[in-house]
Amino acid sequence: MKVSYFPGCTLKTKAKDLDRYARESAAALGVELAEIEAWQCCGGVFSMATDEIASKLSCVRALADAAKQGQPLVSVCSACHNVLKQTNHAMQTDETFASRVNNYIAPDAPYHGQTKVLHFLELLRDEIGWDAVRAAVKKPLTGKKVGAYYGCLLLRPSKTMAMDDPENPKIIEDFIRAIGAEPVIYPYRNECCGGYVTIEDAALSKKKSMQVLDSAQGAGAELLVTACPLCRYNLDKNGEGKLPVVYFTELLAEALGLKED
Amino acid sequence: MTKNERMKEQILRTSGVNPLKCMRCGKCSGTCPSYDEMEYHPHQFVYMVETGDIEPLLASKSLYKCLSCFACVDRCPRSVEPAKLVEALRLMVIRQQGANHFKADDIPALVDEEIPQQLLVSALRKYSK
Amino acid sequence: MQRIGVFVCWCGSNIAGTVDVEAVSEALKKEPGVVFSTNYQYMCSQAGQDIIKNAIAEHKLSGIVVCSCSPRMHETTFRKTAAAAGLNPYMVEIANIREQCSWVHKDKLTGTEKAIILGRTAIAKVNLNAPLTPGESPVTKRALVIGGGIAGIQTALDIADAGFEVDIVEKQPTIGGKMAQLDKTFPTLDCAACILTPKMVDVAQHEKIRIFSYSEVESVSGFVGNFTVNIKKKARYVKEDVCTGCGLCTEKCPQKNVPNEFNLGMDNRRAIYIPFAQAVPKVATIDPRYCTMLKTGKCGVCSKVCTAGAIDYKAKDEYIEEKYGAIVVATGYNPISMEKFDEFAYSQSKDVITSLEFERLTNAAGPTAGVLLRPSDHKHPKTIVFVQCVGSRCSGAEKGKEYCSKICCMYTAKHAMLTRDKYPDTDVYVFYIDVRTPGKAFDEFYRRAVEEYGVHYIKGMVGKVSPQGDKLMVQASDLLANKQLHIEADLVVLAAAIEPDASARPLATMLTASMDTNDFFTEAHPKLRPVESPTAGVFLSGTCQGPKDIPETVSQAGAAAAKVIGLLAKDKLTGNPCVAHSNELMCNGCSSCERVCPYGAITYEDKEFRMPDRTTRMRRVAKVNEAVCQGCGACTVACPSGAMDLKGFASAQIMAEVDAICK
Repeated sequence: MKVSYFPGCTLKTKAKDLDRYARESAAALGVELAEIEAWQCCGGVFSMATDEIASKLSCVRALADAAKQGQPLVSVCSACHNVLKQTNHAMQTDETFASRVNNYIAPDAPYHGQTKVLHFLELLRDEIGWDAVRAAVKKPLTGKKVGAYYGCLLLRPSKTMAMDDPENPKIIEDFIRAIGAEPVIYPYRNECCGGYVTIEDAALSKKKSMQVLDSAQGAGAELLVTACPLCRYNLDKNGEGKLPVVYFTELLAEALGLKED
Repeated sequence: MTKNERMKEQILRTSGVNPLKCMRCGKCSGTCPSYDEMEYHPHQFVYMVETGDIEPLLASKSLYKCLSCFACVDRCPRSVEPAKLVEALRLMVIRQQGANHFKADDIPALVDEEIPQQLLVSALRKYSK
Repeated sequence: MQRIGVFVCWCGSNIAGTVDVEAVSEALKKEPGVVFSTNYQYMCSQAGQDIIKNAIAEHKLSGIVVCSCSPRMHETTFRKTAAAAGLNPYMVEIANIREQCSWVHKDKLTGTEKAIILGRTAIAKVNLNAPLTPGESPVTKRALVIGGGIAGIQTALDIADAGFEVDIVEKQPTIGGKMAQLDKTFPTLDCAACILTPKMVDVAQHEKIRIFSYSEVESVSGFVGNFTVNIKKKARYVKEDVCTGCGLCTEKCPQKNVPNEFNLGMDNRRAIYIPFAQAVPKVATIDPRYCTMLKTGKCGVCSKVCTAGAIDYKAKDEYIEEKYGAIVVATGYNPISMEKFDEFAYSQSKDVITSLEFERLTNAAGPTAGVLLRPSDHKHPKTIVFVQCVGSRCSGAEKGKEYCSKICCMYTAKHAMLTRDKYPDTDVYVFYIDVRTPGKAFDEFYRRAVEEYGVHYIKGMVGKVSPQGDKLMVQASDLLANKQLHIEADLVVLAAAIEPDASARPLATMLTASMDTNDFFTEAHPKLRPVESPTAGVFLSGTCQGPKDIPETVSQAGAAAAKVIGLLAKDKLTGNPCVAHSNELMCNGCSSCERVCPYGAITYEDKEFRMPDRTTRMRRVAKVNEAVCQGCGACTVACPSGAMDLKGFASAQIMAEVDAICK
């Protein structure tokens, strides 16, 4: 199976692991991640303003490119996925926005949100299947108590993201089980880490990250997994080593026996 | 039309929010993770926009405390989507000339070894035009 | 040629506000057949009806057209008026210039123009009307009540007390419904069981009432006065007439881990069970999903211990067909699933419960014998948070209900008050959006909870509940203090919205009774006919029609019974003369009409016809049973030769109407 792949800027720089392990794991599971040519940064956040056009164009270009290939568009970073999916939804539902965008970027064929936008976790769940993942695991992470950290961007706004139940998600827990580890469910797994406000108000970000880490630790997690470089940065920086935080692709690669010790 | 009324109209258009849908339950403020850092809270944003009391909101630091976590959007029983109002108000401020809240020049002082590009890009999107 | 009178109603300003009624009555004067035309402020009033009666006599009218509100509102009124003046009531036509004209148009010119067209259309039809005489049908003097909760029980008792036979069909093994699960009832705090169970016994002992418990309605046919209903008696594997209800089997059954639905799964029952001590009928039922004997053929303990010999593992579902004159729907409600509201952590913590579960936790016959212990560790909760409006008053159908569930404010006040009364060391918080207490002694009750019992009412909403250790961290807003609160609670109680029982939708289809978008049954008129369905002979009792508390349910149950009694007291019902009839000369006996008739009203007979050459020939022709025909018109469309026609709605009449509109 071949899918279009949107890595995003952070995966090319500070989060190279997130990218590398995603590609290697996908290959081991029989999926080729075909990187979109000349992709541009998603912008990190989706502007909720209906009159913002320019900041959403890069996403539409990537989406239209995938449509041309007739492939789903996969990303790994929570933020990229969120912005791509919300932009795609706007292209499907907001006619004024869609016609302005189409006039501006003039794609080969008008784009109206026909591309299926998948997060790598959805690729695992819906296209590959947990059973196939489980079957491919060579070094199960038996006994490891892993807390899933969803943050906000994977799940919300839930009407648009439609990945999982926003209040009681299970996709990462299912992932954790598939690689042989034990998921730890804790209430703050879908609360914000402080996000970009860490630039504006470091204390706020510290408070939010600590709530997440305390909640996870209190529930018995030894390790947190995330799909978002910003979440990982906030939790690491604010956590004072409370709990290690890793990318989910890293654990996947480890379980598939792709990671050298 | 007063200045506040004009601004209100602009805010409603940019955000796509209808504050009349609000039934004043306060769930947005019950769920907001930035509540304690805010001078005006999510339910006040909705109510003050509805009544056209825009200027105090534009002058408030609360605009920059919203995490865009969408918790208020998701949990609102009336689909009011308060976060979209906060975004529209913030844009009304920073779209003015010289009103960027966060500037590229600020970056070097903030950057550490680990900072992900995503953070800087997001902050620029949220705090500057 | 008809002599037609036209009567244009103002309906106060309802019509006259957007329709120039004077212009309408003037314009319609010129239509063919019209000999008289006038307008009046309220045509339905006594004075208005007198205008019609006088005109019929004075102008020797053979037909009339009333331009007024919907025929659903006043067609019957004006037909009676005509009959009183000696005119056949089916010579009356209504032009709906209110709902379909004045109410939808804002511009008076447009409204007037359309009103004239609608009037012209009705006139065109009356020109082709012929007097009709309705037939009569007998009334089966027995009522069916579907649902055995307090609504069904009260309706059945009231009908039976008037001397008519009543059958109750209840899908659970016992009657009693939700009220049987409640602890105390607001605002008087009577014990629910103490006031309900005597009524259940009355039902069981009433010579006019039969209870079909553990049964469901399978199909319904017929019409008002003459329904035929097929009832499925589900196999309970216990002979109802032999079982003494001693309960020995329910103690000896080795299958102990069946979630007890009566206690909402908070404890277990056996595979053979009696739902609760006061069940009616008090007989055991085997749950085939859990019974080892039924599943594997090995066990048979209940059969061995039953001294009455009531166990029958070979029992099968039975079907009973019975005739009824009236059907009462009393299918009740359920709290909605809390699955989509997991910000309150219902699925993540046993100590987040619904209000109905709280009822069981405080009920002496509940899983904790009435001692308030939280489900996770059986400790006394010291801090309890009640959350109101969970899933009620939500916009957007994806999550929750748009309506107010009506009962939650009062039962939450009751729970809060009773908790403070029994356990004064407990802190009780109630988060509310609005407190709605319109009912006799209701607001006083809520104020007592606050003023005498010290319940903390907080204007605001809970945003998130986080289970941490053995505590529930409740994050909420206090809108009056403009603060975000963080309460460490031991128990969180959710006032879940209520919704109609899932059986209501398929039942409505069987009954051809209409429902609203929330699956509540629609009443014939929201104000003036609140306990009748628009489908004749079908009546509504209790929460199947909308959220209501016990006093309201009992009032409505009695009202529905009164309507049923009024129907069953009649020996004959006047039918609808607008039925199908077949022109035998044109019928070719193809059976198309028979195939589409939903009521089985069409049969065929061989008939001798004289041919032009004076020979005779036998031909097969359709025959309509007028007592069974409901006048739906399906046959008239299916008939390829145009032999089928509907009296009062003949093809020629409808074409004349279309022509009048297009003129």
